Amino acid sequence: MNSEKNRHVIPGEVIVSGNYRAEQNTFMDGERIISSIIGLSDIRDGSVRVIPLTGGYYPKDDDLVIGKIISHSAMSWQVNINSCYDGMLPASDVFGRDFSSHSDDLTSKLGNGDLIVARIVNADMTRDPLLTISGRELGKIDSGELVQISPSKVPRLIGKRGSMIQMIESATNANITIGQNGLLVITCDDSNGLIKAINAVELIEEQAHVANLTDKVNEMLESKSE
Amino acid sequence: MGGRDTDIVLLDENGIRSDGRKINETRKVTIKAGVLKNANGSAYIEFGDNKILVGVYGPRDVHPKHMSDTNTGILRCRYHMTPFSVGERKNPAPSRREIEISKVIKEALEPAVILKQFPRTAVDVFMEVLQADGGTRCAALTGASVALADAGIPMRDLVAGCASGKAADTIILDVNNEEDQAGQADLPVGYMPNLEKITLLQLDGILTSEEYKECLKIGIDGCKQVYEIQKKALQDKYFATGGNNNG
Repeated sequence: MNSEKNRHVIPGEVIVSGNYRAEQNTFMDGERIISSIIGLSDIRDGSVRVIPLTGGYYPKDDDLVIGKIISHSAMSWQVNINSCYDGMLPASDVFGRDFSSHSDDLTSKLGNGDLIVARIVNADMTRDPLLTISGRELGKIDSGELVQISPSKVPRLIGKRGSMIQMIESATNANITIGQNGLLVITCDDSNGLIKAINAVELIEEQAHVANLTDKVNEMLESKSE
Repeated sequence: MGGRDTDIVLLDENGIRSDGRKINETRKVTIKAGVLKNANGSAYIEFGDNKILVGVYGPRDVHPKHMSDTNTGILRCRYHMTPFSVGERKNPAPSRREIEISKVIKEALEPAVILKQFPRTAVDVFMEVLQADGGTRCAALTGASVALADAGIPMRDLVAGCASGKAADTIILDVNNEEDQAGQADLPVGYMPNLEKITLLQLDGILTSEEYKECLKIGIDGCKQVYEIQKKALQDKYFATGGNNNG
């Protein structure tokens, strides 16, 4: 059993046995490396992982996410990041180090229901994941269309080295911000382009498991452009 | 119970049981994964005349908060029989029996699920028996593990359930309602086939130690047959198109 090819696996299925490292979504049982999830096995350089085909979003350090402000306390905002844990955005991240809970009003910058693009600074699961919106392309979202897809299909939407998303962006002139948590914001000056981009994303969401998806999406993008 | 004749022959001279099965044959099992839109994972299982719907929610916030564990996620199970699942109307309030089955199913699934990665959360499993015909705990356990896998909860293995027992002085596989009522023993088994570990073992009735060993052996064989159907249900949902390629 030394196949390097990706295989479909279900929980409990032995992927490979021998001298390998068990990484994401796998565990070791003696010599055997077993999948713990439904997905595609991936063996590379002596390490084994499984790319999930189902399941929710679990925060990871440095992930880009799109979140919605749900409430705030004196020192921080709580952000729904489409996960079982709420994100925490400290007020000092927005107001700077001289933030004072007496003089600064959190709602003046971000109110309930506002959408933000944020990066996860710390996700160790012992407490709620810490977010930041200071950085390039981060911050409050002012315009665009919010689309939600299953978080396990985000890698498919991005494609190999971003091929899929680049194809959609160049065909529609849209600008798509993808959150690893399955939320994306699409902005486009041309309303037809916007609709086309949304349709392309929905097509990928529906048919993520189909082979030659890139061709199908390309076909769809070109057919409507006439 | 049920609509069938009560004084039936459990085993005839040809070794054929009341419902036409051989002694080491399970009932027809069909499983479909992903039948509920609003649940994170779900499954519908027909185990002979048992019909059970399972929904899995989570990992999600724990309510009430004091139940949460800062070191690990928790698993909560609810086994429930609908009022129309049996011949006479069943009171929908949880009975002693349902509380017991919820507990044993929870304990049968706990060795399989890996919730260490999700501290302070809960995974809720709801099993609703739509129609009961003996062996619902094994059927519910089987369906629940498919629904958990469908929800993307990390698991060490799927748990397959199947009962064996003794009726008309013969060891039989997959006890149905009549055999349970009129038979001599019932031994439900929950089993993880890849890890070769038993997670559920109960015995109602009296068996000699020889009979017990035989019973357990065929029970595990039954679980292995059920496992193949579980596996197929998941493959049908996730890998149906494109076959085993890099789709």
